[in-house]
Amino acid sequence: MSTLLELSGVSVSFDGFKAINNLSFQIGEPEMRAIIGPNGAGKTTFMDIITGKTRPDEGRVLWGEKGVSLLSMSESQIAQAGIGRKFQKPTVFEAQTVRENLAMALKNKRGPFDVLFYRKSAEGAARIDAIAEEIGLTSDLARPAGELSHGQKQWLEIGMLLAQDPRLLLVDEPAAGMTPSEREHTTDLLKRAAQTRAVVVVEHDMEFVRRLDCKVTVLHEGSVLAEGRLDHVTQNKDVIDVYLGR
Amino acid sequence: MTFTATNARPAPRRSFIAQNPSVLWFLLALAVFTLGVTLLSEATGTGFLSTSFVKTLGKTLCLCLVAIAMDVVWGYCGILSLGHMAFFGIGGYAIGMWLMYARTEIIVTRSLMAAPIPPTEQEIVDSIGTQIFGVVGSSEFPLIWSFADSLFLQLLMVIAVPGLLALVFGWLAFRSRVTGVYLSILTQAMTLALSLYLFQNDSGLRGNNGLSGLQNIPGLEEMGQATLSIVFFWASALALGMGYVMFAWVVSGKMGSVIRGIRDNEARVRFLGYPVERFKLFVFTLTAVVAAIAGALYYPQAGIINPAEIAPIASIYLAVWVAIGGRGRLYGAAIGAAFVSLLSSWFTGGGAPDINLGFYRIQWTDWWLILLGLSFVAVTLFAPKGIGGLFDLLSHRHAPDRVGDYGPDKGALRAEEGSEPEEAK
Amino acid sequence: MLRALVLSFLLLTGLIAPATAQTDLQTILQTHAAEVESPGRQSVGIVLNDLAASGLPGVAAFLEAWQGREVVRNAQDGLFYRQGRAQGNDVPLLDIATGAPAGTAPKSALTESRPNGGVRREIASALVRFQLSDPDIAKRSAAVDSIARSPDPEQVALLAESIDDEPDPALKMRKEQLALMLTARFGETTEARVEAIEALAGSLSLDVRATLNQILTTTDGVAAEAPQANIARLREPGIDMPLFTAYRELVDAGLAPPRVPPAQLKEALAQHVEGGTVAGIPLAQLSDPARREEAYQALAAQGLVAPTVPEADFNRALEAHVFYSAYAETDPAVTDAARRTLDAIQTKVGVNQTADIALDALSLASIYFLAAIGLAITFGVMGVINMAHGEFIMMGAYTGYVVQLFIPNYTLSLVVALPLAFAVTFAAGVAMERLVIRWLYHRPLETLLATFGISIALQQLAKNIFGTQARPLTSPGWLDGALVINEVIQISYIRIAIFVLALIFLGLILFALNRTRLGLEVRAVTQNPGMAASMGIDPDRINMLTFGLGSGIAGIAGVAIGLYAKVTSEMGQDYIVQSFMTVVVGGVGNVWGTLAGATLIGGLQKGIEWFNPSNTLAAQTYMILFIILFIQFRPKGIVALKGRAAGD
Repeated sequence: MSTLLELSGVSVSFDGFKAINNLSFQIGEPEMRAIIGPNGAGKTTFMDIITGKTRPDEGRVLWGEKGVSLLSMSESQIAQAGIGRKFQKPTVFEAQTVRENLAMALKNKRGPFDVLFYRKSAEGAARIDAIAEEIGLTSDLARPAGELSHGQKQWLEIGMLLAQDPRLLLVDEPAAGMTPSEREHTTDLLKRAAQTRAVVVVEHDMEFVRRLDCKVTVLHEGSVLAEGRLDHVTQNKDVIDVYLGR
Repeated sequence: MTFTATNARPAPRRSFIAQNPSVLWFLLALAVFTLGVTLLSEATGTGFLSTSFVKTLGKTLCLCLVAIAMDVVWGYCGILSLGHMAFFGIGGYAIGMWLMYARTEIIVTRSLMAAPIPPTEQEIVDSIGTQIFGVVGSSEFPLIWSFADSLFLQLLMVIAVPGLLALVFGWLAFRSRVTGVYLSILTQAMTLALSLYLFQNDSGLRGNNGLSGLQNIPGLEEMGQATLSIVFFWASALALGMGYVMFAWVVSGKMGSVIRGIRDNEARVRFLGYPVERFKLFVFTLTAVVAAIAGALYYPQAGIINPAEIAPIASIYLAVWVAIGGRGRLYGAAIGAAFVSLLSSWFTGGGAPDINLGFYRIQWTDWWLILLGLSFVAVTLFAPKGIGGLFDLLSHRHAPDRVGDYGPDKGALRAEEGSEPEEAK
Repeated sequence: MLRALVLSFLLLTGLIAPATAQTDLQTILQTHAAEVESPGRQSVGIVLNDLAASGLPGVAAFLEAWQGREVVRNAQDGLFYRQGRAQGNDVPLLDIATGAPAGTAPKSALTESRPNGGVRREIASALVRFQLSDPDIAKRSAAVDSIARSPDPEQVALLAESIDDEPDPALKMRKEQLALMLTARFGETTEARVEAIEALAGSLSLDVRATLNQILTTTDGVAAEAPQANIARLREPGIDMPLFTAYRELVDAGLAPPRVPPAQLKEALAQHVEGGTVAGIPLAQLSDPARREEAYQALAAQGLVAPTVPEADFNRALEAHVFYSAYAETDPAVTDAARRTLDAIQTKVGVNQTADIALDALSLASIYFLAAIGLAITFGVMGVINMAHGEFIMMGAYTGYVVQLFIPNYTLSLVVALPLAFAVTFAAGVAMERLVIRWLYHRPLETLLATFGISIALQQLAKNIFGTQARPLTSPGWLDGALVINEVIQISYIRIAIFVLALIFLGLILFALNRTRLGLEVRAVTQNPGMAASMGIDPDRINMLTFGLGSGIAGIAGVAIGLYAKVTSEMGQDYIVQSFMTVVVGGVGNVWGTLAGATLIGGLQKGIEWFNPSNTLAAQTYMILFIILFIQFRPKGIVALKGRAAGD
């Protein structure tokens, strides 16, 4: 397992408020990691920094074997480099069909002319079918995404992430608003994905994290408070004070 | 999505039509309309339609073309550009320069040749210069007229000038992530700057006099305006048909998927790895060029172009046409442009009968704009799908109710409720 | 000032009073009776000196009459009179000192005093002396004006004499300046002139600049070699003037034989076409200028046309001569001093013009601020772009116009119009918000278009009601005129009033937003509508009030703008784009941002106009281009909300 992403000494502040404070973080490939922390711990900002939405005031963000800095890349370049992100609120293109959503995410050249002269291929169609089956939307491929239920939208978004074939998946609260059976399905999806790539899951729900059965990083006030197995972390006194003990 | 890998090269076209039946219907309607007008015109038919009306119809086709372009950039890509009529006007100016130069050259050479001593080249050029720029008190040819003597180069200018302008402006605007109403205002500012520039006498394009006499095509004097009107009508119809097919092709398939994605959620598309700015730039520039081509066909039929045609209000009207016709469907834009512009000339041209209320006489030349403005508000409020929405009723096809709305919502710089994670504060 | 005048007047009359007691005008004239009756240029001086010395009040009037050949001597009593218009044989007489009627006399008894040209000039300068020290300041001022109008070397001394006794400080300064200007032009020694010229430095008066320019007048000349003259500069043919113009100078100076210009040449050729050729050269070849020349020379050789210089000689002649501009003033020391002084003055004028433009820019900025602040409020608080904002401005202006129809007193009508305009546009804004905008929240592009629909409807409605012609909105008399700081800097009172109005509104808005409950709620809704709603603030009510407020301010801006610009149905359009620019450049949702934006845009527009004063269109064009570039570097405006709250 080699290091895929490394953040070191990253800080960012908004109007004087330090959202991320000297944060260091590493993840290898393949690996599953859960990030927990109370509100305002900086979880979303952490993801914003990795995906290029927010530029840190200081620190380094290095990617891949060659240690390329992500700080000078745009959001789309970072995504093309192999980092996929799922937002907290399901954001799929509701006016388009499930198939179109997946086709858009499918790993291909992303330039305007590549897209304009893009010809559909058998592999592409097969891949879409495979992903649709994986996320359980095979029968919904022709439906507009807007008609899907909340949980289905979440899966579609995870499916879009998989279609991108990223090396690192950032998943923000995938289980929010799901029924227990949907959660189970989601857990399976993520676990399967983590067999071949790095997956970072931000989650509030301890039960869900427990089911993921992976290493946990606890964020507090913009820096890492504790790291380790969930059981180990929940024993940590600091963690109990700031988070679980509330 | 009916494409499969087994599609051979000729096959996609069939399936493109099959997938977009509206293209076929549109082309059919356009063909029938073109033939009908040809048969009823003065030059080639019964003479039921006057030459000036044929010209009006030809101009309307050009307006439909620019409206389609506007629909692609706004209805599909979510960029409310208030600059596309400026590109339209630039196209008109570019072709107008050749038309005016070449025609003046013919006239001047003829008159100079009538003199006992044949003219020198310098004398011809000076004389053309005096003819064209005398009205703004100059006789020198400005630098921008360098290519005016060549039809080919000037046709190239029709595409190159607005294309480059759109490319540079779009690159600047998209690069700094100007979106939503901000972008609209910025494009409006660009349009205003352009028209103010052209209003100056030393702009080199005859100030507020504009270019005139464009209905006379050099080399085709023999043809007569009646025949010429049909020629341009056909050319406009052809351009509209080709533009329609091209845009239908662009907005179908994956490209359409991506640009509609940009309209609905720009950030999400970006996180899928698409360089959003380049897509926007592509759409903006492509539509600008098509708008310019439409303009280059429009103004020879109109006969005159002046800076007032480029003023921001023209571009806003374009948006009005598209909105009334129905955004997000190409035929909607074409119908909207044709419907509103023809109705507009009917009302303002005194075609509509006055309404006598007893105490007040409603004269439509005075009240048409009020009617248009208010009906536009009504369409925005009550029928966001515009006239095109009627076709849904006809075909009993109900698009899913959109949960999101048209266009990006970020321009207001006000976060939508709850969309900002609470840890921001 | 007034007291000083009265005092000096008393002083003057006091000085003069004893003289009147001792003698009167008639007596003096009788002393020099023969000289007065037929004056001579050499000898008249004595009379004039005596008259001047007497200090009598009627002297100036007498001199004028004398100059105008109205003075007669009545042989019956030997006294001098002024004559009236003759009626038949009788001429009415007027007392020489007072101008009171003094009976009539037959024509034959009267001898007219007929001063000749030389004498009249003597009288005139004596008269100037009197006028320059006349007790009536208007007369003195008129005398100074007349000298300034037609300067005369002889008046230098007279003017200089009158300076010390001049009681009015302002007029004294003018006299001093005029004396300097006269000395500069007509002074006797170089030193005196240079000194005078240098003393003029620092004056901004146009007259001073005109005087200096007069000293620096040049005449153009041409010669084989540079002449021994006070040469201002050399002129290069082809650079400073067209070649043909230069050559014409040579011809006019007799230094070169004439060359026929191409147009004439062509005409001459046309008159000598013979059988398809000119001088043996076929017509077809005459589209080549070289062949034309050849043909013409051939014709000239035959004596058929006037000879012309071949092109080579033409160029050689131009090269062989020096074209120059020489000062009419021969003394280089004087011209150098004048040039130096003029340059210094121009620099000073430049500085003052900059100040003037800054003031102009400030008033333009106040207008933009007034026009834009309402827009900024609605945009900032509600995220709504109101395209009909310009029409609200127009509505305010028309409200002012209608008020003036009913209230003829301009001051009172203004006092009524301002709140009324606010009320009218406030109501219109609230109506628009309730009827249209409320349904389109979170669809900014559609709001933009819907409000545009309202904009064209309102514009046309105004056209239908008030017609297309411009309506006046007259400002009260006390706003007429301008505050003149010096000859360069002046600013009209209306603009000052608008500036004050803008300041008042800045203060009011800041107060309303920061110190009132409404302001608190508005700010809450701006920053987080969801949270504000859950705190019990009714966003609907806030939106409505905010929109009304923004529109109301537009109405007030309309009255202000209408005062100095014409009120037309299209006036809103002139301000709407600039208002948008102001809001965008300034940064959304911030009063200070709008102020900064207005200042930047007003300053920019005036600044660009300064470089190209004749072309306000170009100024606007470049300003907009600048703004487009500016947005590149500060997409969120000058005063940007920072952090994630600003959104992406």
